Amino acid sequence: MRRNQVAVVGAAETTELGVIPNMSQIQLHADAALNAIADAGLKLSDIDGIATAVETPQQIAHYLGIKPTWVDGTSVGGCSFMLHVRHAAAAIEAGLCKTVLITHAESGKSMIGKLPRSTPPDSLNGQFESPFGVFGPPSMFPIPVLRYMKTYGITHEQIAMVAVVQREWAAKNPRATMKAPITVEDVLNSKMIAYPFRILQCCLVTDGGGALILTSADRAKDFPQKPVYILGTGESVETPMVSQMETFNSSRAFTTAGPLAFREAGIAHKDVDHLMIYDAFAHLPLFGLGDLGFMPHEETGRFIAEGNTRPGGKLPLNTNGGGLSYMHSGMYGMYALQESVRQMRGIAPAQVKDARISVCHGVGGMFAASGTIIFTNEK
Amino acid sequence: MAEPARAKPKPTPETQHFWDGTAAGELRLQRCDACANVYFPPRPFCPSCASRKVSVFKASGKAKLYSYVINHRPAAPGFTPPYAIAVVELDEGPRMMSNIIDCPQTPEALELDMKLEVAFEKLDDKITLPQFRPAKG
Repeated sequence: MRRNQVAVVGAAETTELGVIPNMSQIQLHADAALNAIADAGLKLSDIDGIATAVETPQQIAHYLGIKPTWVDGTSVGGCSFMLHVRHAAAAIEAGLCKTVLITHAESGKSMIGKLPRSTPPDSLNGQFESPFGVFGPPSMFPIPVLRYMKTYGITHEQIAMVAVVQREWAAKNPRATMKAPITVEDVLNSKMIAYPFRILQCCLVTDGGGALILTSADRAKDFPQKPVYILGTGESVETPMVSQMETFNSSRAFTTAGPLAFREAGIAHKDVDHLMIYDAFAHLPLFGLGDLGFMPHEETGRFIAEGNTRPGGKLPLNTNGGGLSYMHSGMYGMYALQESVRQMRGIAPAQVKDARISVCHGVGGMFAASGTIIFTNEK
Repeated sequence: MAEPARAKPKPTPETQHFWDGTAAGELRLQRCDACANVYFPPRPFCPSCASRKVSVFKASGKAKLYSYVINHRPAAPGFTPPYAIAVVELDEGPRMMSNIIDCPQTPEALELDMKLEVAFEKLDDKITLPQFRPAKG
């Protein structure tokens, strides 16, 4: 895909984040969508493309009253929205549509109008993982961690620092769910969930949503907000079964999507001013730093523990507080994208000064899928 | 009220040989006749070279501990926490999820790369699960 041909011209989250007991899941989609449409200064009738995940595009299009001529229902977990951005950019460039709305919302905490997630007993996961006691992401996503730690000499304290640093970012963000400072000791003494991970190394469970509006870069300059251009994109999938990953020392979905986006953007790692790595659990930023090529995996734990990703550090990472401290409704990728857009617009609560390039890396399932979007505010 | 039971697999035409194997006390894998790739989970073609000429064979049952979590909460129905959910690497190459039995469910007892051997846990007349225990000797 060509660089900077498509831009984000509307971006918003739901009016409230956290616990939203007065809205169903589709209404959360609508709340985010209407906020994004207002942000872009558009009317509903201007939208001719729609993408969403978990909920179907027909559900959201009908509920909002949108009549699309381009539809994407890619649903590969929490990074689905990174893939939607990539697909929408390609579709806009190809002339299939002009103005795309991407929505996410989940009543993850209040569970109002939330579709059930189930694993049929005759699926491969149902036959070869469920019988061994996996029960939700906390029992599955951390399974690779001990191998990763052994291979690269990463310590429990270093991984605990991921949560500590992200809480520092969250403290700067009025909308973050958890803001009180924590220490490595707090993390390592918090309630055990699935060894080696304790509750402060697991994402929050909240309600909320977000929406993005994309259009061609030519049109973007006529919109009220500062355009945020799509500089590079990548995507991949590996396996729905965490036990069947090629290796626990790396994610193949990450090492495919990430470098693809960097090549497309034509940038080097030193050009990156701001970084988001979807942190459903505390090991993901380590995998991301290594797999995206920022440094060898051996150095990821030390890099974070030494404060390089904290406020004032040389590589600001997960500046909204992340899934660990900002919010996590179930499919956090949308919130990572929102933070990248805020940083590129220059309006983030913890704004990185003069940031020009933001890399936003998402995961879906338990390393099952990945999408990477590189944004810039300079054309 | 009966205790909630652990999730029970339901075989498909492509996986039936595996579950017939565990019921007979064998861990069965598949090998590609064309490229010799050994793979898991079961399917009637080779995911490496796409050949449909594949054979089922009895694996050695020897493995080593690749990685694990010790799950505390929430516990799956039929499990008493804390319990380890492990991924084992079979001597033949493929990895599979399982549990480690006859072993304390502690980080001290569960050492990565420890040698394991298959054991079989019968759930009912149709389903027997492959489990692993520390290898003897």
